[in-house]
Amino acid sequence: MAHPTLAVLEFNLEGYRRTWRGSVLSSFVLPILFVIGFGLSVGSFVDAGGRLGGVSYLDYIVPGMIASTAMQVAFGESSWPVMSKFLWIRTYHAMVAAPLRIADIVGGDLLFILLRVVSASAVFVAITAIFGALHSAWAITVPLVAGLLGLATAAPIFAYAARLEVDGYFPLLQRFVVIPMSLFAGVFFPVESLPVGLRPLAYVSPLWHAVEVCRSATFGTGDIYPIVGHLGYLALWVVGGFWLARLSFRRRLIG
Amino acid sequence: MPDEPLIRARGLVKRFGDFTAVDGIDVDVHKGEAFGFLGPNGAGKSSTMRMIGCVSTPTGGTLRILDLDPTRDGPAIRARLGVCPQQDSLDPELTVRQNLTTYARYFGVSRRTARARAAELLEFVQLGERATSKVEPLSGGMKRRLTIARALVNEPEIVLLDEPTTGLDPQARHLVWERLFRLKQQGVTLVLTTHYMDEAEQLCDRLVVMDDGKIVAEGSPRALIEEHSSREVVELRFPDEALDAVAGKLDCLGERVEVLPDRILLYADDGDAAAAEVHRRGLVPAGVLVRRSTLEDVFLHLTGRTLVD
Repeated sequence: MAHPTLAVLEFNLEGYRRTWRGSVLSSFVLPILFVIGFGLSVGSFVDAGGRLGGVSYLDYIVPGMIASTAMQVAFGESSWPVMSKFLWIRTYHAMVAAPLRIADIVGGDLLFILLRVVSASAVFVAITAIFGALHSAWAITVPLVAGLLGLATAAPIFAYAARLEVDGYFPLLQRFVVIPMSLFAGVFFPVESLPVGLRPLAYVSPLWHAVEVCRSATFGTGDIYPIVGHLGYLALWVVGGFWLARLSFRRRLIG
Repeated sequence: MPDEPLIRARGLVKRFGDFTAVDGIDVDVHKGEAFGFLGPNGAGKSSTMRMIGCVSTPTGGTLRILDLDPTRDGPAIRARLGVCPQQDSLDPELTVRQNLTTYARYFGVSRRTARARAAELLEFVQLGERATSKVEPLSGGMKRRLTIARALVNEPEIVLLDEPTTGLDPQARHLVWERLFRLKQQGVTLVLTTHYMDEAEQLCDRLVVMDDGKIVAEGSPRALIEEHSSREVVELRFPDEALDAVAGKLDCLGERVEVLPDRILLYADDGDAAAAEVHRRGLVPAGVLVRRSTLEDVFLHLTGRTLVD
């Protein structure tokens, strides 16, 4: 008998069967646009300035862009969809009446997001490899790091979405957390270029840690201990987020 | 009854902060029975159902379901229950069939069995032809039937139905009643809440009337009518008269007289005799209707006519 968590994953995949074409298309188109838009055009200016030493701007931002895309896919899948499964479709209310535990429900939905993020990142890696932006075989681990970041993003948002009664808060989360993170957490330029006072904000964000690891992987550089530290920090977000999500789901569904 | 009840509650309490939703109720539901919780809004029916469905923890008292403890064995109990909630929780973007097969998987039913069972259940609720259509465009009655089918995917021993026909048109209601009756004939135990008296009379072998978190009456529909109302009711309408003054002249006629804004209800065992006596006392009603007492008379008598919102 399949584990009940997998039955929840299966439900998500059944729904995804309707929309996968669109999302696969965008996971191919997005990296190409990024490569052309930022890497080649903006990159030609940056490279002319010579600020990054011998590294081309495209190669510099690709690992960051993969991580940032992972975060945004995770945000998209864990915000409105989760809230609507409480408020409008009432999917979770139906699930909790079956012999599923709260952990199965949260776990199954997170597994689905993990699959989405890992597959989108794998496509991103493949396409940027074609453009010659990857310099190490370690790049093959990037989708897994992106997956970890996806969980680190989605789990706490699950907890948040489970407490909302009206939508309207997600745009705020997007404007004041998600977008600033993608701009200032080391995706487009080194955090060291930020004013000293702002740097800690980048350092606490899960995105920066994932960007650092992804960049080490695509360049094949970096020491083991920082990498373990970054991964450990992301894992903390996953575990803490999962714990909070379980709490919020339980509060909402079992009263 | 000699057998152990499938559901047994003793002094069951549910509190939300200061508010007591369920205030110490005793309930036994036996195998094969159709058992109803009746009551106005806010009487505690749904809170009770949620505790029986193991998605709400009792604040006090004891509750045993299928001889298991709902706080400890929730998943094991839920595996043997079917739940038809008051609000639809179908996935509007999946097909009718997918709604059943995905749900069956939560119970560990194999894909193959899930498909076979879905086909069978869709025939049972007369949705066989809609199997591949999306749920979104279905009518309210169809969605409710699909929800009932979904509650049956695990071949449950007890089916919980929270207001199964609220919001449905008469045709749809009768179809739902007929299917539920068939289930009962197959030996499935039904537990339902309703505030429709005709539904309770149609479906329930036994019921309790709840008001303000407490059980105020218990028995079969017939026994409740016998106990709490007269055999018949005479409805009297008078043109342009102060009904209170008229009621004064109806003293000692029947068991009870109730004055409503538009008519007077006279509760009597022999309605025709009571109606004849009204005329003998010189009163000339514009309309006289003699009817049997219904569960609705009992319900309104026990829970009052005041509107509960």
